[in-house]
Amino acid sequence: MDFALVWFTLVTLLWTGFFVLEGFDFGVGMLHGLVGRTDTERRLAVSSIGPLWDGNEVWLVVAGASMFAAFPGWYATMFSGFYPALILVLAALIVRGVAVEYRGHRDTPRWRRNWSILLTAGSLLAPLLIGVALGDLLHGVPIDSNQEFTGGFVDILTPYGLYVGVTVAVLAALHGSTFLALKVADPIRGRAHAVSLVLAPIAAALVVGFVVWTQSLASGWVPGVVLILAAVGAIAAAVLVQMRREAWAFTATAVALGGTIAALFVQLYPRVMVSSTNSAFDLTVQNTSSSPYALKVMTIAAAVFLPLVLLYQGWTYYVFRRRLTLADVGEGL
Amino acid sequence: MSTVDLSRFQFAMTSIYHFLFVPVTIGLAVLTAVLHTAWYRSRDDGYLRLTRFFGTLLIINIAVGVVTGLVQEFQFGMNWADYSRFVGDVFGAPLAIEGLAAFFLESTFLGLWVFGWGRLSPRLHLVTVWLVALGALLSAAFIMAANSWMQHPVGYQLANGRAELTSFWAVLRNPVFLWAYTHVVLASLVTGATVMLAVSAWHLLRRSDADLFGRTAKLSLTVLVPGALLAMFVGSELGVVVTKYQPMKIAASEAQWQTCQPCSFSLFQIGGGNRDETPTKVIQIPHLLSLLATNSWNGQVQGLNEVNAQYQQQYGPNDYVPNVFVQYWSMRGMAYTAGLLFLLALWGGWLLRRKRILDARWFNRLAVWAVLLPFVMNTAGWMLTENGRQPWIVQGLMRTSDGVSGSLGTAAVVTSIVTFGLLYLILGVVGWALMVRYARRPLGPAEPTPEPDERRPQVATY
Repeated sequence: MDFALVWFTLVTLLWTGFFVLEGFDFGVGMLHGLVGRTDTERRLAVSSIGPLWDGNEVWLVVAGASMFAAFPGWYATMFSGFYPALILVLAALIVRGVAVEYRGHRDTPRWRRNWSILLTAGSLLAPLLIGVALGDLLHGVPIDSNQEFTGGFVDILTPYGLYVGVTVAVLAALHGSTFLALKVADPIRGRAHAVSLVLAPIAAALVVGFVVWTQSLASGWVPGVVLILAAVGAIAAAVLVQMRREAWAFTATAVALGGTIAALFVQLYPRVMVSSTNSAFDLTVQNTSSSPYALKVMTIAAAVFLPLVLLYQGWTYYVFRRRLTLADVGEGL
Repeated sequence: MSTVDLSRFQFAMTSIYHFLFVPVTIGLAVLTAVLHTAWYRSRDDGYLRLTRFFGTLLIINIAVGVVTGLVQEFQFGMNWADYSRFVGDVFGAPLAIEGLAAFFLESTFLGLWVFGWGRLSPRLHLVTVWLVALGALLSAAFIMAANSWMQHPVGYQLANGRAELTSFWAVLRNPVFLWAYTHVVLASLVTGATVMLAVSAWHLLRRSDADLFGRTAKLSLTVLVPGALLAMFVGSELGVVVTKYQPMKIAASEAQWQTCQPCSFSLFQIGGGNRDETPTKVIQIPHLLSLLATNSWNGQVQGLNEVNAQYQQQYGPNDYVPNVFVQYWSMRGMAYTAGLLFLLALWGGWLLRRKRILDARWFNRLAVWAVLLPFVMNTAGWMLTENGRQPWIVQGLMRTSDGVSGSLGTAAVVTSIVTFGLLYLILGVVGWALMVRYARRPLGPAEPTPEPDERRPQVATY
């Protein structure tokens, strides 16, 4: 068995899973101040992700650790090369995570407002910057023959990377609004729908642009299946939001966002990080992967634990499936 | 300062900070699960109120632990890229498996537990809190397996310019891992129990719900007395294992420049630090160092100079002596705070037997302030472990100065130190203030015993 390919697939799945799940958490964070006018309504919006966001964020932790374990060369070059961007990503994730947990712990308007601002900013910044980083993998950054990043901060800000960042951030916002429309009762439900109506066409246009631009970076002219899937998801989302089919619209935004992320990785393969210096210096699955034995050990662990994770996380979503109403956040702390 | 020094400073800062929260999480998760179990068995409202009270403290603490854990994982690649390339094959596996097997478990079931009141059946709900505790304990196991490999690399071969895993089983059977993990779990239980004791003592002094906080004072002391004793015992056994594989670490922590036999233990001395081989030993206990380091009355302990000469032969010219001052005082900081905690626990245990704990004003006053001790103890313990490994990043295989990212400039590291420093400072103040605020609140009312009901309002903490 080609364990390196197995792990490239798993890394792709973990990043995709992270965005499909944590994507709507980001969206809810970005939009909670917009769809909730009073503090109670905002708390209701945040409560919709309350039991879920922490487990969703672990997908990022495991995606990162899997890159470290399965492709140490990729992990090392990417994380040291994107250093300044990752400081911001971490700061955003820290601020946002604490904001979700601490916002409700004191009942003063100033406390709530400050955490709301931090929650909004962190939830916007995190997907935007991670999107830039993932886009850069495919666009290419300066890497020398020793797999060492040789650029500076400006080299991370590639036009393609920035475009992917914006696309991912808008998709996350839309994913959040379709989630809120599905998960929370009026008046938030209606307002989230109104937000979706605005965002869905923008997201669809961005994803179509992403498909075209990504395809132009590739060799062949036939767009990949996953790229097409992302575009279909984004366009379907725009139509389904219009038709107010809440569950289907949420499914479509999941496909659009997940498809966009997965497409980046599929387009990369067998490379994992493109060198803009010289294509001979590209980081690939082969020249960055761990030894077959290490990969085999981890494959066994993943085969045992990943299905279990899917099972109990799926069950969590089942337990908290009910639509939340204002009565759920009634009397304060 | 070079990028190596700056990166070391950053790693020390973020790791020490992260580990202020981790042991509280592990300890309090277990203790909260015990309280929840007591309620499940007795259906006594008092235990339900205590469970929710300490559960809230646990959640506030976990929030910071989780987000600072992200930094821990990212900065291997960010600051230590060459280290990551060299060890990823071995070191990465336990980290990835930690995420898959433990962190997912802990985080997912934490959400289920916090929001599961009245939504899950009482039995299933009880299972969720134990899975949170299990996740936290398992998570620490994989992290310690990875760390122990840096102290004593096993189950690998050098090939393709890096360390490659040859036996995962050997990594898990590493003697340093087995002892160090047990030591960390015990220290975490001691930390959680001390926090619970301090909070209970604060309420006992004010006679708020004295009968109920008397129960948690009793529970915490029941854990603390054997926990502190075992932590010290296991720590001393770990010392024996370390003497075998990292003699430099032990020699430095005793500021023992010359090889000795038998060796006395220096309780307090002036000087003896870097390059000072003639300290003024103020108090010494004969034979104690031999006993601690080798488990024998007249055991020989190698001195810094001898190990240094041996390493120079083996690895080439260099200075292999870590910072002796830091090493000597972190050893004592850890051991003395642990000793104080144990004495306090014994005093509390004696009061408990005499049934005088509820009115023991002096004990309770001290117990409140004792909450600071485990944090000093844990921090000193990690400084002892990590500083003592220097100049190696992986003992005998890679030097710290060779592990840092090649593409990294000092400006970038300084920026990240300032960013995380400020962020952590604010988080620390806010988190601490919230902890204190909630710890001082009276117990919540006895809510009607929740029966599982789909339509019941979700108890929101947001």
